[in-house]
Amino acid sequence: MIVLLSLAWKSLRNRLLTTSLTVLSIGLSMALLLGVENVRVGARESFANTISQTDLIVGARGGSLQLLLYSVFRIGQATNNISYESYQHWKNHPAVAWTIPYSLGDSHRGFRVVGTTEDFYQHLRFRRDRRLEFDAGRSPQGVFDVVLGSDVAAALNYKLGDKIVISHGVAAGRGIADNDHADKPFTVSGILKKTATPVDRSLYIQLEGISAVHIDWADGAPPMPGEEVPASKIAKENMKVEQITSFLLRCKTRIATLQLQREINTYKEEAMQAIIPGVTLQELWRTIGYAEDALQVVTIFVILVGLLGMLVSLYTSLNERRREMAILRAIGAGPGKIIALLVLESGLLALAGCVVGVVMIYGLSFAFQPVIEQQFGLYVPVQPPTPAGWLYLGTVLLAGILIGFVPAWKAYRNTLADGLSIRV
Amino acid sequence: MSAPAVLLRDVRFRYRSGPEILDIPELTIVRGERVFLFGPSGSGKTTLLGLLAGVLAGYTGSVEVLGQDMAKLRGSARDAFRGTHIGYIFQQFNLIPYLTVRENITLPGRLQPARGKQAGDVTAVAQRLGIASLLERGVTELSVGQQQRVAAARALLGGPELLIADEPTSALDFDHRERFLELLFENCALTNSTLLFVSHDRSLAGKFDRQLSLVDFNRAQRQEPAA
Repeated sequence: MIVLLSLAWKSLRNRLLTTSLTVLSIGLSMALLLGVENVRVGARESFANTISQTDLIVGARGGSLQLLLYSVFRIGQATNNISYESYQHWKNHPAVAWTIPYSLGDSHRGFRVVGTTEDFYQHLRFRRDRRLEFDAGRSPQGVFDVVLGSDVAAALNYKLGDKIVISHGVAAGRGIADNDHADKPFTVSGILKKTATPVDRSLYIQLEGISAVHIDWADGAPPMPGEEVPASKIAKENMKVEQITSFLLRCKTRIATLQLQREINTYKEEAMQAIIPGVTLQELWRTIGYAEDALQVVTIFVILVGLLGMLVSLYTSLNERRREMAILRAIGAGPGKIIALLVLESGLLALAGCVVGVVMIYGLSFAFQPVIEQQFGLYVPVQPPTPAGWLYLGTVLLAGILIGFVPAWKAYRNTLADGLSIRV
Repeated sequence: MSAPAVLLRDVRFRYRSGPEILDIPELTIVRGERVFLFGPSGSGKTTLLGLLAGVLAGYTGSVEVLGQDMAKLRGSARDAFRGTHIGYIFQQFNLIPYLTVRENITLPGRLQPARGKQAGDVTAVAQRLGIASLLERGVTELSVGQQQRVAAARALLGGPELLIADEPTSALDFDHRERFLELLFENCALTNSTLLFVSHDRSLAGKFDRQLSLVDFNRAQRQEPAA
């Protein structure tokens, strides 16, 4: 066996170009497969870590998925708000460590405007323990200050000090002119660093800012001419916050979470609901997870193509190697050894391909991890192969060995037909 | 040691549905004999060697090599028998291109442990054949004459009882041919190997103990001349 292994190795080395090309093609497809696996894990992780350290998300009673979508992903809208009173009640609850209130419903050129407080900048965590940082400026100090998510700043090319106008409603694109809060422009006071979460795609103002732009509105309609309140007459102290849309909540102890969730869900004063983000995120992932399956199917075909390439290269080499086989026969190698030789060759090719693939994907992930995180908001972990990764490696190796039996069978037939006569 | 090196009786052979290639009533080669076998192309020389080496099966009659009835050996046992007891030299391109000279020479011993046990000193064989300085070279760097000597060294290492050479000199020029033959004789004498030397070039025939014309003892060829 050792003899055959060294023969197989030397024979492969002899056809260095074909061998390296075959190994490279298997390696590339292996790297692609492992890369997709890493991206899958990364996507799932990034997704699950869109927010962290938040124990409960609380909003008006409705669908739990809906609450998650508008509170975390800024998708869809709340059907109902909750009163500021109720928010205060829970905020001051003894089991609660901190809260982050969100007031939603306005937008700026397709990006959502979120009313919140200083707590947002202090307490929000994502990817386990990362916190918000400022690229420039600082959190809003006045009613008409606005902080931009990094995507917003990049897409609209805003800088500190720019004046912007927010619009009522969250319709995509430019707001309807009538709905513009054009009389109350905001000044960019800060720009956040990229977080690779939905935080990047929103603008942040104070809760009082939301109240301020709506102060002269009645029943969701713009003020009648002559009834407008000019921005100059608005001071933060005079702004009363009536309601918010939802809030994030952190308990002092993890054990308190379930107890508190039950309390909120059965709160008599107002119909509210509290959800555990991790559980709902998982639910959501299951529904959008089919995309990763599609990706996986594609890579499996890529692997098949790589293995077929190996089959072709081994098979076509056989005609040039008929003489070699006849020599081996003459010096006492039986058909079994001829078959073993070729199976070993394809096994070695597959093994080398797997090694190249693993090295390649780790090199690439290591080199491009920061870029991928920056550009796509995807944190791809550099770690030893996942169980699924090992399964792929094992499967490809096994497939490589099995595929070797095809040229091996052909070689066996050749040696039977050729015997010791040599065809060049 | 009394059994002849080769003993054929009433051997007939054809490839599948093809015409009869061999019909040999009797052929005996005694041990230690140096036999020159000649015949035109297509007279069945290579087929006969295939039978003796145990690569071709499906004949009728009896083929005994070194006292072993080849029909009684199956599959891998036949391969092992060939690898252990028979040295084989082809016309040319005898060597595995991706191995060194030394690796080529020692390969039979490594493939068949029994042959490996009897394998003697590689350097000694190489010295006798004048290729000792080439042992670590790649075989593709060698001239045709050197390649044939390497092939001879491989066939002779371990002292096989029967050495079959299938037109080993046809790619060599006259001087090299003479020298190669001398080396072959010397080494066969040393290991007491029987030599079956096949060629269509009868100018070498005089140096052998016995000359055999395949056309004379193969009845198949007399009725049906080669196409």
